[in-house]
Amino acid sequence: MSAGRPGAPDAPRDREPRLGWLAQDVEQELPELRLISTEVQVGRSQSVTAACPRDVRARLQGLSNKFRGARAIGIRREPVPAAYRVFFRQIGLDPDLVRTPIEAAVRERMLRGGFLPGELLEDVLLIALLDTGIPVWALASETLDGPLGIRSSAEGERLGGAQDAPPLPPGRLVIADASAPLAILFGELAPAHRPLASTRELTLFAIAVAGVPGLYAEEALWTCQTALEQP
Amino acid sequence: MAPPLQAPERLSPGPFDGEHDPGAGERAARRTLRAQVARLERELSAIVAERFPYISATSGADAAGHDAGSEEPSCPGPSLLGLAQLERLRDGLAARLQELHRLAADRDEHERTAHEQLQQMKLEPGRFRYVRLPVSDLGQGGCGVWHVRPRLGLIGMLAGWWQLKLSSGCPLPRGSRPRRGPCRRS
Repeated sequence: MSAGRPGAPDAPRDREPRLGWLAQDVEQELPELRLISTEVQVGRSQSVTAACPRDVRARLQGLSNKFRGARAIGIRREPVPAAYRVFFRQIGLDPDLVRTPIEAAVRERMLRGGFLPGELLEDVLLIALLDTGIPVWALASETLDGPLGIRSSAEGERLGGAQDAPPLPPGRLVIADASAPLAILFGELAPAHRPLASTRELTLFAIAVAGVPGLYAEEALWTCQTALEQP
Repeated sequence: MAPPLQAPERLSPGPFDGEHDPGAGERAARRTLRAQVARLERELSAIVAERFPYISATSGADAAGHDAGSEEPSCPGPSLLGLAQLERLRDGLAARLQELHRLAADRDEHERTAHEQLQQMKLEPGRFRYVRLPVSDLGQGGCGVWHVRPRLGLIGMLAGWWQLKLSSGCPLPRGSRPRRGPCRRS
C-alpha cells in the first residue's frame, strides 16, 4: 500500500482502505497525521439521504444506552477522544469552542436524550464515530479527481473549486484532491462534493491523529462499508 | 477486514541535519511546544472531568486571555501554527491550568470547611439553629440539604431541642403527589 500524491494519475479504485497523501509542510509539522480513505458502492435499495432503516435505527438506540451522563463528562479523558482534543489544540482550534466530532455527538445525545435517527448516510457515519471514536466523512466519488490528501489552502482558493463556492483564507488545512479543496479539516464539506440522493458511489475518509492507532480508523471505515454495502 | 495499513516511509532527520537545514531548529522547537501543549491539554481535561460540575472547561478562560484581549480571533480555523502562535497557545494553556488549579484548591478548602461545619452541627445542633448545609458543598451529588430544625416543632423550639436532619433529595420532575380528594362513590 502506498500513499497517493497530488496530481498523480488515478489509481485503480478498490475497496481496500488506502493512505492519503500529505503535503510536505504538513508532513513535516504533523508527521503522525493520517488520512485513510476507501470507496463504497451503496448496496441498499434506498437513497443515502433517505430515512435510516430499522437495523441502523436499532443500532443507534443501542448506542444511546452506552453513552450516559457519566461517560459524557469523562469522555475527554478517554484515549482516542483525548488525542483529538490535543490535535485540535495543536492546529489552533479550541476543543471547548469547536468540539471534536465525538464530543459534539455525545453532547447532542445528552441534549436530545438519545441519538435520534436521521438520514441513512449520516447515521452510518455517526455509528462508526461512536463505535471507534474516529470521525468519518463521505464524498461523492464521481466528483473527485484523484486520491485525497491534506494540505494548506493557497491564496484565492475556494472550497470545492467552483466559482460560487465559499472562499477559503490562505493557510487553512484542507482535504483536497488533485483539483481543489474538498473539505476543511474537521470542518464543512464543499457543497459540490457532498453525496446527493442519487449518489451510489461514495469515497469515505477518516482522519487519524497522533495517539490513534491506524487500525481504529480502518475499523471505522469498515463499519461504514459493511452498513452501506449490504443490500 | 483489510490488513493493517503500513505508514509510508519517512526520512528521519539525522543528528547533524540542523547544520544543513536552517529550519530544522525551529521545527524542533515547534515539536517541543506541541508536546507541551499536549501535556497541558491532558492536565486541563483531567481537572475538568474530575471536578465536574464545580469547575467547568471555560473556568480559567479569562486568565488565559482566551477570547477577550487576545490578538487572534478565538476560532481562526485549522492551520499549521508558527512558533509565536504555539508559544502564545502554550502560555495561555499554562495560565488557564494555573487558574483551574487555584479554583480546585479553593473548592477543596470550601469542602473541608463544610465538612468541619457538618461535624459541629452534628455535635451541637443548638449552636446552629436553622442552619442549612447543602450536600453539594460537601462535594457530594444530589440535592440533599443538612438542616438544623427543632424537634417536635414549636415544643422543641421552646424547649431547646434541636436536631440535624437530611432532606430527602431532589424534587420530583412532576412535583409532589397531589392530595387525595374526596372519595367518589357511584
